[in-house]
Amino acid sequence: MTNAPAHTSKGKKFSLVRALRENRVAQGLFLIFPANFYLFLLIVLPLLLVTGLSFLSRGEYGQILFKFNLANYARLFNALYGKIMLFSLAVGIGTTVLCLLIGYPMAYYLAHASERTRSLLLFLILLPFWTNFIIRIYAWMMILRSGGFLDSILLWAHLTKASLNLLYSSTAVMIGMVYEFLPFTVLPLYTSLEKIDNSLLEAAADLGAPPWKAFLRITLPLSFPGMIAGTILTFIPAMGMFVVSDLLGGAKTILIGNVIRNQFLTARDWPFGAAASMILMLLTMIFTLYYTRKAGFGEELLV
Amino acid sequence: MNSDIAVEFHDIVKIFPTPEGGTVTAVDHVSLEIKHGEFFSFLGPSGCGKTTSLRMMAGFEWPTYGEVIINGRSMGHTPPYMRPVNTVFQNYALFQHMTVSQNVAFGLEMEKVPRTEIDQRVGEALEMVKLGGMGRRKPKQLSGGQQQRVALARALVKRPEVLLLDEPLGALDLKLRKEMQLELKALQEHVGITFIYVTHDQEEALTMSNRIAVMNKGKALQIGGAVEIYERPNCRFVADFIGETNFLTGTIKTLTNDRVIVLLNSLNQEITGIWQGDLSLRQAVVVSIRPEKVRLVDDDKKEIRDLPRNENLLRGKVVTTAYIGSDTRVVLDIGAGLRMRAWEQNAISTLDPDAYYSSGDAVRMYIPIENTLVLPEDAS
Repeated sequence: MTNAPAHTSKGKKFSLVRALRENRVAQGLFLIFPANFYLFLLIVLPLLLVTGLSFLSRGEYGQILFKFNLANYARLFNALYGKIMLFSLAVGIGTTVLCLLIGYPMAYYLAHASERTRSLLLFLILLPFWTNFIIRIYAWMMILRSGGFLDSILLWAHLTKASLNLLYSSTAVMIGMVYEFLPFTVLPLYTSLEKIDNSLLEAAADLGAPPWKAFLRITLPLSFPGMIAGTILTFIPAMGMFVVSDLLGGAKTILIGNVIRNQFLTARDWPFGAAASMILMLLTMIFTLYYTRKAGFGEELLV
Repeated sequence: MNSDIAVEFHDIVKIFPTPEGGTVTAVDHVSLEIKHGEFFSFLGPSGCGKTTSLRMMAGFEWPTYGEVIINGRSMGHTPPYMRPVNTVFQNYALFQHMTVSQNVAFGLEMEKVPRTEIDQRVGEALEMVKLGGMGRRKPKQLSGGQQQRVALARALVKRPEVLLLDEPLGALDLKLRKEMQLELKALQEHVGITFIYVTHDQEEALTMSNRIAVMNKGKALQIGGAVEIYERPNCRFVADFIGETNFLTGTIKTLTNDRVIVLLNSLNQEITGIWQGDLSLRQAVVVSIRPEKVRLVDDDKKEIRDLPRNENLLRGKVVTTAYIGSDTRVVLDIGAGLRMRAWEQNAISTLDPDAYYSSGDAVRMYIPIENTLVLPEDAS
């Protein structure tokens, strides 16, 4: 870049074009503007709206009254919502753990499969995304309901004597949740497992490590970043999930996501729904931060 | 079983399947013996089977046919973690999630060596490769040369019977590589462990090795010391791969115990050389003449004898010359479109341009019969 002659930079009127040509700060701001504009529009602004909303009050007919109010938060601190909160947390953690346990062998197999098998399997993992999520959950209803697909098979094989009555139970919710989030655990795990150079495992074997020790000392620690990414991609949305619990859990299984949804759509108490959202966000954030710090990979993920 | 043999290859064949459904023979009936305390190199172009040979010693590959014997024990399908050898990998294969010390300690932990002994031996190993005090760093924080030393320490700390090195200096720059060559050689003499070294760099192999196996297309063409391989290559490939040489083609006219007379077809001239191995009358052969073994004389100068009894004489014209300091490299036209290269050592210091050859000069080339090697054409 050449220095502009001194006289041109001393123009009296402000000119955007000239500022962009000569001022590095202006150039920088100009270049980061589009990305930051969307960040502001899609994340910061909605967050501010919800935050503000959570401190307002509900009118008699469900309208929003611009009156400062802490009662929304106070209402959340009772045994009922506490129980729902804890249950949601348990479902979120349970989903994440199950996804890791089921997803790790899948991702491991995927990373070590031949080129052809691998692309086929990746295709199969991504295939469900071609169908609407709701439709897939309805399919699970058909599978799980009493006398449904699963029951028929088990009865036919004489593995059970009566219907399992799986639908509308927390088991059904867990099945649906794990089903839904498994790809989000498998894919980042696969990415980090696939990056592990085979020569590292050869080196471990060369130094006297039998395969299982090489796995524990080399493969597992090197796949931590994938485990953490998978966990975050599963845990955060699982905490806010309401469709699965709605359709597969029936009235018995209510998650915090259902509470929020109901406040906004059914009860028309937006301020209270917003307050519940804020608490959910806080809870999720605390757990995620704690987890990533504890795993010791915080700085790498928070880049 | 001879007890001073560290590693033995007994008629090893390794066949890999190709993705297209065919097969490729990476190692083709190789037999060799490597002695205890020897610095042995596999030298050859990429794809010649040298790395596969090393990997069969380490246990990462198993031979399709034949037997790998280490310390008198047939290895069969013994996995790598049960073999008395350790490897320094081409890309170092350091564990990035561990510190330098943890990397070096890994192999000892696998042996369940007590902690205090591990700490002591790791310290010694790092000291030996001049990395004392670097133990708490992560491999990424080290330079390429330092990472190389960590890989070396990690393998040597196990006190293996045999150390396998797969192009360990390949990723280093030239200056560092030369330093490390000397250091590796000194280290090997110091610890007395058998080093088996894979390289495609002939200078590296010649500098460090006691013996070298020159490989091409899966075959060990010649096994011998540096001098033997350079001065008495046993086939065209070895003569060509090690150093530089001139090749002239011809057919054998007479064959005696120690001499062979070859008719150079295109020049219609005879040349006398030495030979070994399998040659027969009227066989098509190549004559290999190293450029530094050619003595040039101005054609207009009178020589005392026209043709000394122990030298061959060829005539030619200088095409180009290149002065490179220690010697002058001359390209000559010897007729019939054939070129020869001759390197004249600049033994006398002078600024007189007439003392050096220039293009167009008519010269005589004297080549000692001892340095005229007659080799069979490679079957290919």
